[in-house]
Amino acid sequence: MSIVLVLLVVVPLATTVLCAFASHRVSAAATVVTGLAAFAGAVALVPTVSTRTITAIGYLRADALSVVFLLATCFLYAVTAIYSVGYLRTAGAAGDEEEERRAYFAQHSRRFFLGFNAFAWSMMCAPLVNGMALLWIAVEITTVISALLVALENTEGATEAAWKYVLIASSGLGIGLLATIFMYFAGAQVLGQSYDLAFDPLLAAAGRLPDTPVRLAFVLAVVGYGTKVGLFPVHTWLPDAHAEAPTPVSALLSGSLLAVSFYAILRYYQVATGALGVRFPQMVLLVFGVLSLLLAALYLLEQQDIKRMLAYSSVEHMGILAIAVSFGAPMALTGALLHVLAHAAAKGNAFMGAGVLVRKFGTKELDRMADGVRLLPWSGPLLVATVLSLCAMPPFGLFRSEFQIVAGGFGNRHNAATAVLVVLVTVAFLGLSLSTTRILFRVRPLTADAYHDVENLAIGEPSWWMVVPTVAGVLVLLMLGLIPPDQLLDLLSHAASTLHGGPA
Amino acid sequence: MSVLAAAPTAPSVFDGFANAVALVVLLLEFGMLRASLLRAQVRLYAGQSLAVSVLAVVVAIGHHVPELYVLAALSLALKVIVVPLLVMRLLRDADAEIAGSGALGVASEVLISIVVAAFGFFAVGVLNIHSNVLPTAALSLSIAVVLVAFILMVVRRDVVSQAIGFFSLENGVSLASLVVASGMPLILEVAFLFDLLVAVVVFGVLMRTHQRRSRSLSTEHLDRLRG
Repeated sequence: MSIVLVLLVVVPLATTVLCAFASHRVSAAATVVTGLAAFAGAVALVPTVSTRTITAIGYLRADALSVVFLLATCFLYAVTAIYSVGYLRTAGAAGDEEEERRAYFAQHSRRFFLGFNAFAWSMMCAPLVNGMALLWIAVEITTVISALLVALENTEGATEAAWKYVLIASSGLGIGLLATIFMYFAGAQVLGQSYDLAFDPLLAAAGRLPDTPVRLAFVLAVVGYGTKVGLFPVHTWLPDAHAEAPTPVSALLSGSLLAVSFYAILRYYQVATGALGVRFPQMVLLVFGVLSLLLAALYLLEQQDIKRMLAYSSVEHMGILAIAVSFGAPMALTGALLHVLAHAAAKGNAFMGAGVLVRKFGTKELDRMADGVRLLPWSGPLLVATVLSLCAMPPFGLFRSEFQIVAGGFGNRHNAATAVLVVLVTVAFLGLSLSTTRILFRVRPLTADAYHDVENLAIGEPSWWMVVPTVAGVLVLLMLGLIPPDQLLDLLSHAASTLHGGPA
Repeated sequence: MSVLAAAPTAPSVFDGFANAVALVVLLLEFGMLRASLLRAQVRLYAGQSLAVSVLAVVVAIGHHVPELYVLAALSLALKVIVVPLLVMRLLRDADAEIAGSGALGVASEVLISIVVAAFGFFAVGVLNIHSNVLPTAALSLSIAVVLVAFILMVVRRDVVSQAIGFFSLENGVSLASLVVASGMPLILEVAFLFDLLVAVVVFGVLMRTHQRRSRSLSTEHLDRLRG
């Protein structure tokens, strides 16, 4: 299986290089094929990693925990690659000269596919590399590539969002680098000076690591990588970047990048629980999680912009993840990992659906949209299903995962925290579902001068390339909710056991 | 003062010299904070990077760690020459007059930074993290550098100062890594530096985009996205 690991790291990189030279058609085809192949590769790893850890060429390593995050990333890579084809086709701005437009489109699409593949590649590397230092490097690469992608649309909003994003996220990762060197210092006390922060020796030695440096490294890691996860109070870049990025990139940012950064925190959590016991790390995660959830739930109630609304919903779900891990019960941990997968599918779908609405109505403001279900006979109902699943309604995957988290919380006697979780999730549900049902079902937009725009719209989808991936997403959500495959459940429970203080 | 008093005997020449260089790094950070001209700020950054490289050489000589020579040479080439040159070129192309973009007066900025730096210095001092490579005071100083770099990014309202703030934050982290992680395998250190290079290029691209779009380096009107 080591060969799959190597291929997963090499092939997307090769596609990236290809996209730098090839024409639009070739790049699009190569991107779609690579995305699907990457997902197939990630699925192929599932049965093996449920029983043992795979390593390759010294620097690559995959265990159950990393494959969970790899699956989320590769699934989104595949569906957003298909979506991108339609997204770029419908992107041409009207009114320009044909020749000029074609030249602009060629350049734009080349930059898009180049950045898109590089971004997906860096996010696949992060869970596959072996060691805290390499993990930091991979996460830093995701930051710089995605900052360029956020700036791609070249509007004033995009420039502002990209600058805030790169500055805040890089500073956060500066703190993450401090965490890395303090973790190195802690490890060096036991393992000697010349070790390279690989996971297995570090986890094996976790019980003997000195207390203070590990404590320091864990808190610095939660703050540092938490900047990229979008935990309060270092989440401020997140709504800007998600709202201004091209839609396929927003979907990847939200469903995959945040999760991959959370994976980095989980690696520190593993070492910290080994060295310090579970109490301190769980307390830190609980505080950050509850604050993030509270902030997101309140912002969701009063949101004007459809993509910002979904971005705050991501903050909400990352808060849920942090709280779930802080419960520490095996059931809650399994639920948290299932939540990673289900959130990736649901949020990717929601952003893709929102992207169709934005294309259709030509605006991101919720007040100027209406009647989505009639105007978009496929995307409208699909978005309803997606938002219901984001609100953790049965029969979708997020219902199962949040149910497990809540059950695990009550089972492990975290009654107060679990009650807070349920209340805040309900508030977020209210905000999210009210806004979306309004734009989909009300007959007229709220803003009077948009009446005319909406009435003149013809019924129909902008592009079928933008519908097919959302259908796939809803099917996956149903599968995760109703009939999750046994091998996947094996993988999740095995991954949860590595977080539960057990041996890696 | 427990940090300084902890040393039972007078510090050796090596320790004294290392502490002095670490202190120079912190003083240059303060210099960047109060420099109102962007060019001056970039020069101070180059000086600070030079000080960090010198310290790497000092550690390499004092403790016979040959890898650190390579690291020092690379960081000299990158942080003392390449990065300042790139930023200077941007400033020349932008041709924008920005002086004193601070949100506060220089005196208040420096006072706040002194408080923050003292907090960082003493907070790390009581953690009792001892390395056998460099004196603990150097670690405390490096954390102070990181905190003052944050203040620099917070109070300045132009893209160049904010970027320089981030680069100098990275200098602070490099200083800390010399104290507690000087034995880290060379390949990782080189990878970190390479990463910094990529980040610098991206910062440069975004600074240029910003400058083309708004015809200035100021970030004062970057306040449309909120809520």
